Amino acid sequence: MSDSAIEVTGLRKAFGTKVVLDGIDLHVPAGTIFSLLGPNGAGKTTTVNLLTTLIRADGGSARVAGHDLIKNARGVRAAIGVTGQFAAVDDLLTGQENLQLMVDLKRAGSAVIPGLLERFDLTGAEQKAVATYSGGMRRKLDLAMTLVGAPQIIFLDEPTTGLDPRSRRTMWDIIRDLVAGGVTIFLTTQYLEEADQLADRIAVLDQGRIVAQGTAAELKRQIPGSHVRLRFGDPAAAEAAARVVPSATRDDDGVTVRVPGDGGTASLRELLNRLDDHGTHAEELSVHTPDLDDVFLALTGRSHPATEASTR
Amino acid sequence: MSDSTIMLRRNFKHTLRNPAAVFNSVLFPVVIMVMFVYVIGGAFDVGVDYVDYATPGMILLAVCYGLSATATAVNSDMTKGIINRFKVMDVSRGAVLTGHVVASMLSNVIAIAAIVGVAFALGFRPAAGLTGWLGVTGLALLLSFSVGWFTVALGLSAKSPETAGLGSVPLVMLPFFSSAIVPADKMGAGVEQFAEYQPFTPIIEALRSLLAGTPDTTAVITSLAWCAGIALVGYVWAIRTFNRRA
Repeated sequence: MSDSAIEVTGLRKAFGTKVVLDGIDLHVPAGTIFSLLGPNGAGKTTTVNLLTTLIRADGGSARVAGHDLIKNARGVRAAIGVTGQFAAVDDLLTGQENLQLMVDLKRAGSAVIPGLLERFDLTGAEQKAVATYSGGMRRKLDLAMTLVGAPQIIFLDEPTTGLDPRSRRTMWDIIRDLVAGGVTIFLTTQYLEEADQLADRIAVLDQGRIVAQGTAAELKRQIPGSHVRLRFGDPAAAEAAARVVPSATRDDDGVTVRVPGDGGTASLRELLNRLDDHGTHAEELSVHTPDLDDVFLALTGRSHPATEASTR
Repeated sequence: MSDSTIMLRRNFKHTLRNPAAVFNSVLFPVVIMVMFVYVIGGAFDVGVDYVDYATPGMILLAVCYGLSATATAVNSDMTKGIINRFKVMDVSRGAVLTGHVVASMLSNVIAIAAIVGVAFALGFRPAAGLTGWLGVTGLALLLSFSVGWFTVALGLSAKSPETAGLGSVPLVMLPFFSSAIVPADKMGAGVEQFAEYQPFTPIIEALRSLLAGTPDTTAVITSLAWCAGIALVGYVWAIRTFNRRA
């Protein structure tokens, strides 16, 4: 196999008249974590469904683990593991039986089961029906099932959406462990932080197109840095503050001032001292760090639709 | 172990986890049988002992009644995400469906055994010899196989497990509009013709003749043709629907 795990050229998919993927190109080197970042409806799940042979592309070509997606779908299937957004577990079976089912279907040895149960913190629950598991446990069992048979490439579709912060960290640790073991990870997420934490390379997907691709550091250079937002009691005070802090910009509402910064305490103290020295006092201060909304604003020139809907 | 065997074991475990469903699919046909033979049957003049007349139809009813569980199970698989896991694995595409069909046949066999057992207790004394019984068993299994595929297709096509269960209701009702309970010529106009030409009537007549020790060749051949037809339609419909639904 070449050192490229996934190679995608001009992949297209439409459902009826709605174009979901409008010709995307991706390159994922073996043994790395690749993250497809985008809001709901960007086409992330469709990309995963195409690359895992679940649905057929309308155009373009792709090689996964060296196998052509169309000509050798079976070869692709034998090399990959997939954990989708919704836990694909058998509710009526126990955790142990779910894993045994995977062992049987992949012709692997049952010896891997105790290790997987332990690794995913499911020891003690393995004899219980999965219907009684919590959402987090189901996710963990789902991933454990995916790992049976040691796939070379693992697709994770929004693996931490809906998980509590602690489970999210556990999931991140597991993903890092997998890559350390030589596996390639194709991860979709709507959280910039997750992509930032995990991915070697990130592609930003928006309305079926890749709008940016690169390392986290490369992408961040395109995003405006963090800034401090100060709200004043009246427009005169805001104007005064904008005069004493040269880098500040005033918002449309007339009483809010934005000051770009590096997010460190030293620059914040300097800013506050300066305001103090000139006798200006803000009523409210907030520190704004870049998020997916900023990435979208910077890359697409418009706001992240999901964020827009939820915050306004 | 083949993929189909693995899937069958999975389906069988599901059945064992839900003994109420098995009990239900055995109990209902038995209750209907007891009701017709004991309570109502005396009023029907069918020319022979009523239990001898009714048992073949009851075998058919036992098969059909178990189908709603199959349709529901198939649909649950499709709608609950596990199917996507199987689809992205290097697993034989038909194995999931074959597993359901064979599991459905196994539960049919249990229900048929219960019906025949109860029939004997109620005085059923068929004249059939070994060949006759082999013919009955073969035809019952073939029927179970063909309506099994048809039901799998129904389950795959339904939007939810609830509608899948409802979709099999016509199959449960069909035996009542056949010669299962009373001969077709005793029914009202319209229903009589329907009962005469619907697939279950020749199957029941074939079973009846085999059990009586006087095989009706025409009925047996017609039954075999119907079963083959239903199986083929069910199989093609099931595979097409399975491949279309992601």
